[in-house]
Amino acid sequence: MESRGRQPVADVALQGGNIAVAEVADRGKVLQKLRMTDIGFRWLTRGAAIAVLLILGGIIVSLVWGSLEAIGKFGFGFLVTESWNPVTEQFGALSPIYGTIVTSIIAMVIAVPIGLFIALFLTELCPMFLRRPIGIAIELLAGIPSIIYGIWGLFVFAPFLQQHVQPFLINTLGNVPGIGGLFAGPPYGIGVLTAGLILAIMVLPFITSISRDVFSAVPPVLKEAAYGLGCTTWEVSRYVVLPFTRVGVIGGVMLGLGRALGETMAVTFVIGNAHRISASIMAPGTTISATIANEFTEAVEPIYTSSLILLGLILFAITFIVLACARLLLMRLNARVGA
Amino acid sequence: MALVSGAKSPLYAQRRRRNGIAMALAYAATAFGLTWLVLILAVLLWNGFSGLSLRVFTEMTPPPGAAGGLLNPILGSIVMTGIAVIIGTPLGILAGTYMAEYGRYDKLSAVVRFINDILLSAPSIVIGLFIYEIMVAQMGHFSAWAGAIALAVIVVPVVVRTTEDMLILVPDTLREAAASIGLPRALMIQKVAYRAARAGMITGVLLAVARISGETAPLLFTALNNQFWSTNMNAPMASLPVVIFQFALSPYKDWQELAWTGALIITLSVLTLSIVARALASQSKSQ
Repeated sequence: MESRGRQPVADVALQGGNIAVAEVADRGKVLQKLRMTDIGFRWLTRGAAIAVLLILGGIIVSLVWGSLEAIGKFGFGFLVTESWNPVTEQFGALSPIYGTIVTSIIAMVIAVPIGLFIALFLTELCPMFLRRPIGIAIELLAGIPSIIYGIWGLFVFAPFLQQHVQPFLINTLGNVPGIGGLFAGPPYGIGVLTAGLILAIMVLPFITSISRDVFSAVPPVLKEAAYGLGCTTWEVSRYVVLPFTRVGVIGGVMLGLGRALGETMAVTFVIGNAHRISASIMAPGTTISATIANEFTEAVEPIYTSSLILLGLILFAITFIVLACARLLLMRLNARVGA
Repeated sequence: MALVSGAKSPLYAQRRRRNGIAMALAYAATAFGLTWLVLILAVLLWNGFSGLSLRVFTEMTPPPGAAGGLLNPILGSIVMTGIAVIIGTPLGILAGTYMAEYGRYDKLSAVVRFINDILLSAPSIVIGLFIYEIMVAQMGHFSAWAGAIALAVIVVPVVVRTTEDMLILVPDTLREAAASIGLPRALMIQKVAYRAARAGMITGVLLAVARISGETAPLLFTALNNQFWSTNMNAPMASLPVVIFQFALSPYKDWQELAWTGALIITLSVLTLSIVARALASQSKSQ
């Protein structure tokens, strides 16, 4: 009773068109061929998966290779030197690193609370029929290319800040003892503060959408129990939802931070590209990515190029650590939900 | 009785007040977020629409002070995006297939998943540096190939992620049914699993296109820019984002206007793509 039941095997396979033999008599051969395609396909997909790892390996190796010259010349001092002088070929990464960190801090200080409140609105307050459209609208903010934020920031946002917001900040906060230094100096419009604000708008959707997802994964029973005790919406959110979703929210925040640290074009337009560290956040500065974007094509001397690649390596290392932490936190969360 | 009198106690009033403030903040935060979207789109339409004419699509980028269009950067963007998708999509789909079908629970998949998620949000300028090192520096000149490959590196993680997610959603009963009639695994994946996950996988590719069509940083020092019409993949090629970057930062009024028009074109196409992708995704989910 060999065939009856098993006849369709080869037929189905043949109809699939993968084997271009019209009249196959030998079933053994067909099955053998199928087995080979199966093994071949398996290795093909496995190879592609390994290729993803090779991309990461390639990035690391090529950046290290490209920056060897700068590492050899400046060593560890690269990280703590402020001067950046292409003429004398003295390069230090301190001011770009400082700018990267400060702009990201400004962005997170603004975007995290706002993102959490939007997520709260979307999961607790918003009428059902508006949830999807508003959620999508916020996510569209993430879809706008960063160069658009850049051109908008340069021509619209920076002049607005210069004329209306910065003079106000300088006259009020600038006179407060202690933090006054942060808001000193003339209102340039462009600068560290402007870049931070634009970054805040850019990372807002990332924080919002992850927070919303983890908020809505809270078991309704928990919330209902708290409401049953007479808690207000705010108390439920603050003392039930937020503690329950803490890990996921932190993961989302770190993901946003990873974006903010590596963002290039929007920052390049509005930061002012000044290689110096100013006490005031109104002053122009630079970030790692903005420095690379601005100067790479102009860098002729090998040591200049090499220093810029070393900057890229530092940026990659920082974002890698932040993103890896974010993923580990989110993975831990998934494991818990799955369990 | 404590409950009844509690309704009027100062503590209760304070809690109500706190709740009111927090809820008001939530409304305000949402309004704040939506305001930026409206503001950015309004400014783009206002500034970009006036320059939008047939000439934009039929003429080359002009020298300062002359009239012209954006034909060569538009073409360059389409060519490089297209090649990036052609290279990146199969690689991404195959890798995602391995992770969802062959090695769903093995170590390799776990590592690739982790690394892929990091690549997904890695700074794109670093990817530009990577391609500069392995292609531009080796060949000795900037080229459209380098730009396309840099974009392909960005496409891969997006496609890997959506392919894996979508294949995992395919019910195992479908796979078992295919296996029960003796279909080998490779054919089962190609004929059954891919078909079931098709809409989601197309969504992934569309999202990848949306992502790379606005990317500027990885093109700056790979494809560079080109003032003229060029279809030579071994030479520098103009692209819409890089031209916007160059023109917007120039002191010339007409260049800046063209930059706004280009920005409008990019944003509209990217937003259309992501809305279409979303519609596709929600359609396939409701099925």
